[in-house]
Amino acid sequence: MASSTHVTFPNKFLPYLLLAPQLAITIVFFYWPASQAIRQSVLREDPFGLSTQFVGLGNFKRILSDPNYLNSLQVTVVFSIATAVIAMGFALLFAVMADKVVRGKGIYRTLMIWPYAVAPAIAGMLWLFLFNPSMGTFAYMIRSAGYNWDPLLNSNQAMLLVVAAAAWKQISYNFLFFVAGLQSIPKSLIEAAAIDGAGETKRFWTIIFPLLAPTTFFLLVVNTVYAFFDTFGIIHAVTGGGPGKATETLVYKVYNDGFVNLILGDSAAQSVILMVIVIGLTAIQFRYVERKVHYG
Amino acid sequence: MIQNNPIGRLIAHIVLIVGIMIVAFPIYYAFIASTQSLQDIMRPPLSLLPGGHFWENYTTALFGGIGRIGGVSVGRLLINSTIMALAIAVGKIIISILSAYAIVFFRFPGRMVFFWLIFITLMLPVEVRILPTYKVMVDLGLIDTYTGLTVPLMASATATLLFRQFFMTIPGELVEAARVDGAGPWRFFKDILLPLSKTNIAALFVILFIYGWTQYLWPLLMTNRNDMTTIVIGLRKMISFADADTEWHLVMVTCILAILPPVLVVVLMQRWFVRGLVETEK
Repeated sequence: MASSTHVTFPNKFLPYLLLAPQLAITIVFFYWPASQAIRQSVLREDPFGLSTQFVGLGNFKRILSDPNYLNSLQVTVVFSIATAVIAMGFALLFAVMADKVVRGKGIYRTLMIWPYAVAPAIAGMLWLFLFNPSMGTFAYMIRSAGYNWDPLLNSNQAMLLVVAAAAWKQISYNFLFFVAGLQSIPKSLIEAAAIDGAGETKRFWTIIFPLLAPTTFFLLVVNTVYAFFDTFGIIHAVTGGGPGKATETLVYKVYNDGFVNLILGDSAAQSVILMVIVIGLTAIQFRYVERKVHYG
Repeated sequence: MIQNNPIGRLIAHIVLIVGIMIVAFPIYYAFIASTQSLQDIMRPPLSLLPGGHFWENYTTALFGGIGRIGGVSVGRLLINSTIMALAIAVGKIIISILSAYAIVFFRFPGRMVFFWLIFITLMLPVEVRILPTYKVMVDLGLIDTYTGLTVPLMASATATLLFRQFFMTIPGELVEAARVDGAGPWRFFKDILLPLSKTNIAALFVILFIYGWTQYLWPLLMTNRNDMTTIVIGLRKMISFADADTEWHLVMVTCILAILPPVLVVVLMQRWFVRGLVETEK
């Protein structure tokens, strides 16, 4: 926290002027719409938009007992866990290997980070191009091997495809953090264990992995937030929530109910639930950040 | 010495090379497809080497205009994306460096209230309040404008927090010395604070440029006209699996052109980017 002894400039008017641009944008495009979302979440509009009435928590009650919403909650959880585990698993493996090599470190890192710059939607389209049933090369190969591959019709295959695209895009981000985390582990600890006769695998699981726990935990939160929100583009571009509702995540459903089906009250109530989820995740993240943790 | 294990190192190299193949293959393959004719793409499996239609495909896409998006050229979409990414990056850096300056170097009534007002925005991405935000945009007449595409995304606490953190590490003596020498707040900001913040600004620029370039939901809703949309959304509109008339060779060219600018920014500014990413922790 800022110490009260910090030297400052005496000025009555200037600080407000400096804050004005950010506050203006925040109020107009953030607080105003957010308050509207909360207001709409307790209102119900008739189908023709002629009248609205106050329904209290009615919208929330209906949503939380709606099988479609619960389905989309389940889809989101499965999607997020799969994406986070795959993206972090591969990233950790590559980071540990990158920590071992002496020559070529820089080149490996450079080649590893570019998917970070690829938009999630484009990541989705790249994978769809490889795996779409009509002309994808990999789809052709899978079919030649005798499997019935059609992610546009089969729910599990659709999920597999969006998870692959989402995880692929996130590997580079996780990789950079794991590399930084590994660099901060004192080499003397590892050498001491080696002298005591611990093999490489044992050293990894008893020393390196536990010391990486803060990084892993941080990445778990970040990857969950990513899978919840930033993957909207992948879902929208690749499956459109389908087939059926097999890949309809919570954010996709908010969009779909609000902009396609035009059910304002439901969409707003879903927004509010999402806000609660993000605030929860952010709070967890900050508690952890406050418990120090330094990256190289 | 535990590092001196040639077999272990060899395995590490092999794993990394396989990893890079996984990471790079989808992009490489899109590039291959972007140099083939439409007929070749429609007949899988596709060759692993570039075809002979590089110039033809790229010039058609860049300057010719693409039927599925109303004859708008990819060049136009690239300009839109560049404007959006640059405006968001520069705008965010300016407004947040100013507000962080106010919060750290001035004492005034309501300082902490304002800090919290900004801080809370960190927690709520556009996606969770999308419908009411869209309504505000319609009411303000900002659909299909660059203002609508960029200004609302400039309000976020990440950059402000980063600058605040950095400013708090600047020793009070420096401020005192500046004041003794008769420098006012503006001189101090311009001659001392800005030069000291150079690395932070560079790091943030990379992260925010990527953030602006890869936006999806926002430009999807903010633009109806094809000539105002970004390359990512334009790309989405070019693809249809229901129709046979998707011009896949041009789609793949667009993919590559949409990937190239942000990848270049990341790779060329790698040093600042990695530092900034790990320091901002998001």
